[in-house]
Amino acid sequence: MPIEILMPALSPTMTEGKLLKWHKNEGDAVASGDVMAEIETDKATMEVEAVEEGKLGKILVAEGTDNVAVNAPIALLLEDGEDASALDAAPLATAPAPATAPAPAAETAAAPEAAPAPATSAPAPAETEWDGPSVTLTVREALRDAMAEEMRRDPDVFLMGEEVAQYQGAYKISQGLLEEFGAKRVIDTPITEHGFAGVGVGAAFYGLKPIVEFMTFNFAMQAVDHIVNSAAKTRYMSGGQVSSPIVFRGPNGAAARVAAQHSQCYASWYMHLPGLKVVAPWSAADAKGLLKSAIRDPNPVVFLENEVMYGQSFEVPDTDDWTVPIGKAKIVRPGKDVTIAAFSIMVGKALEAAEALAAEGIEAEVIDLRSLRPLDTATIVDSVKKTNRLVFAEEGWPSAGVGAEIAALMMEHAFDWLDAPVKRVCGADVPMPYAANLEKLALPQATNIAEAAKQVCYAK
Amino acid sequence: MLEIRRFEEKAGQMYGMGLIGGFCHLYIGQEAVVIGMQAAVTDRDTVLTSYRDHGHMLARGMDPKGVMAELTGRRGGYSKGKGGSMHMFSQEKGFYGGHGIVAAQVPIGTGIAFAHKYKDENAVCLTYLGDGAINQGQVYESFNMAALWQLPVVYVIENNKYAMGTSIERGSARTDLYHRGHAYGIPGAQVDGMDVVAVKKAGELAVAHARSGKGPYILEMHTYRYRGHSMSDPAKYRTKEEVQKVRQERDPIERLRGVLLDEAGVEEAKLKDIDRKVKAIVTEAAEFAQHSPEPDASELYTDVYA
Repeated sequence: MPIEILMPALSPTMTEGKLLKWHKNEGDAVASGDVMAEIETDKATMEVEAVEEGKLGKILVAEGTDNVAVNAPIALLLEDGEDASALDAAPLATAPAPATAPAPAAETAAAPEAAPAPATSAPAPAETEWDGPSVTLTVREALRDAMAEEMRRDPDVFLMGEEVAQYQGAYKISQGLLEEFGAKRVIDTPITEHGFAGVGVGAAFYGLKPIVEFMTFNFAMQAVDHIVNSAAKTRYMSGGQVSSPIVFRGPNGAAARVAAQHSQCYASWYMHLPGLKVVAPWSAADAKGLLKSAIRDPNPVVFLENEVMYGQSFEVPDTDDWTVPIGKAKIVRPGKDVTIAAFSIMVGKALEAAEALAAEGIEAEVIDLRSLRPLDTATIVDSVKKTNRLVFAEEGWPSAGVGAEIAALMMEHAFDWLDAPVKRVCGADVPMPYAANLEKLALPQATNIAEAAKQVCYAK
Repeated sequence: MLEIRRFEEKAGQMYGMGLIGGFCHLYIGQEAVVIGMQAAVTDRDTVLTSYRDHGHMLARGMDPKGVMAELTGRRGGYSKGKGGSMHMFSQEKGFYGGHGIVAAQVPIGTGIAFAHKYKDENAVCLTYLGDGAINQGQVYESFNMAALWQLPVVYVIENNKYAMGTSIERGSARTDLYHRGHAYGIPGAQVDGMDVVAVKKAGELAVAHARSGKGPYILEMHTYRYRGHSMSDPAKYRTKEEVQKVRQERDPIERLRGVLLDEAGVEEAKLKDIDRKVKAIVTEAAEFAQHSPEPDASELYTDVYA
């Protein structure tokens, strides 16, 4: 039986092409690797090599023919010992019609429509209330304690980053860790974010549980390929075989007077990505409990801290086994008139705004999102069903920001309960200025939040 | 080597039939590199590479059926059809990808070597990269850390002369790549990557160096790919004569065949027998890959999170 030579697909998008030229004539001997013909695709002119040996029995598509469909027979190859009479037996009827060139993805292309959107449908994990003794800790101390406790608990946990060991942390988060755990587990890296983020991901692929500290998340832009393409996507790409149990942590957002390249909130960037978890705590208790959960989590977690918060003190449960589930928001102040949702440093400003509003007779409910992916949409929706109004506050820019996502979710899940449009309070849409007065203008303040709350309450 | 050659020829053919989609980077011509290196390591060692990864997986002992079914995007593939040609893994065989971003595998491999050392396993990570990847900054970040921390990693540069369509002369200020670790004190050697025996010998030296705790080692393999960068490459950046000359004079399979017949006294019939066996393995893989079902629609949302 002669072998059919089919019109090959020569690019990811090719469905048909022009048979430009035959390099072999009928009757010619063909060896594997011989150039058979030239074909013009949508991208280029390509040579087609023979993959089987034999003799070119018959050319079915003449050179110069346009619009030859992929997989249409273009010639017949006679195998060893066959003569031309075998050509009559060739099953030409089985040749696929031009339109049926297989496009592997086409059949399943409709699936996403019916799909759940994972970022919005996180099951709310159980959270235990702490009624035992507590201790006053700064956010800085809480983060350190979380790492130290997890490193004591699991020898596979280690910390790497710039100045985390001998210098005790650029922001003193890793104070005392080198002394307790030694240089094997508390590792000073060169200034090489792209490289050490990748090294961390490799170690995580192999089963270690790295905590990678970025001195600030501004510098993580150097490493973003490994966070996105290596850490977040590999579990999916490997069909569930290879996970990245890694934490990327460090200060995010504006500090004070460090200008544009050192003052940016990256929350919405990382929140965009399936495969990543993203947390951004405000209080020391949540910082500790969430960091411990992040270290134990088998997925890559981006842990966004805030430099301004490091020195602030909170009551923290006095135990070495305090964890806070990732994916659960927290109502930090109950209220009935308007919901104010925020994360990280803006929670404090939201509470400040709520105090001011209370003085004017408006009771605001303040929600600390704590986790951005998965996002606890249910807690926000439940609150909006009660207050019928939502203000969202963030340091980041408005365009495609966290608030934009929250506003869309309210359209989808709480439209009928809203008595006013969702109002966003965001960072000014400019690179961060250096001058003190301009910087203050660029960052959302408690007064801006209170003002927005009054607007959605239609209060003067 | 023959299994890789025939597998890749079949993959090219199946791509032409529309059974394999997207990008498909064939390894034809470079077979001696992975086979020689595999002969220099053990099962506890680890391997990872870029997107031209089919040969590395077969050399590692991964099932050709699972690799081919991943190329066709079927549920029997190593990544259940969700990774494709460039993204496959086998923890069982110590293969850590299959990475689609040029040079991203270099710090990752360095990190796996870090884990080998952390766990005190006496294992070595072979991290493959090409003559294109060698110009990425993260390669040198990795070299620095690997040398600084004395990590058990062997960087195998597969210098096939072309970074996609850019010849090494047009992309690299210096075209000999084995000394690229010189600034970090990493020893390097140039190897005829078309000679499987030479690769094995050089590989054994490099692996022994890394395993003994002396840190990283660089091997520059002079090799050549016969096919285009990917399936849609018309290869206008080099002459047909150039390709033909390498095929005729340096082909790794033909060279080994010559050694076996002329020097080792192996009989022609034995080689024919290998031919037959390899053909059967590849045919079986292709059959499996065409008949394994596509992944279930429910797989769309699995494996995103652990």
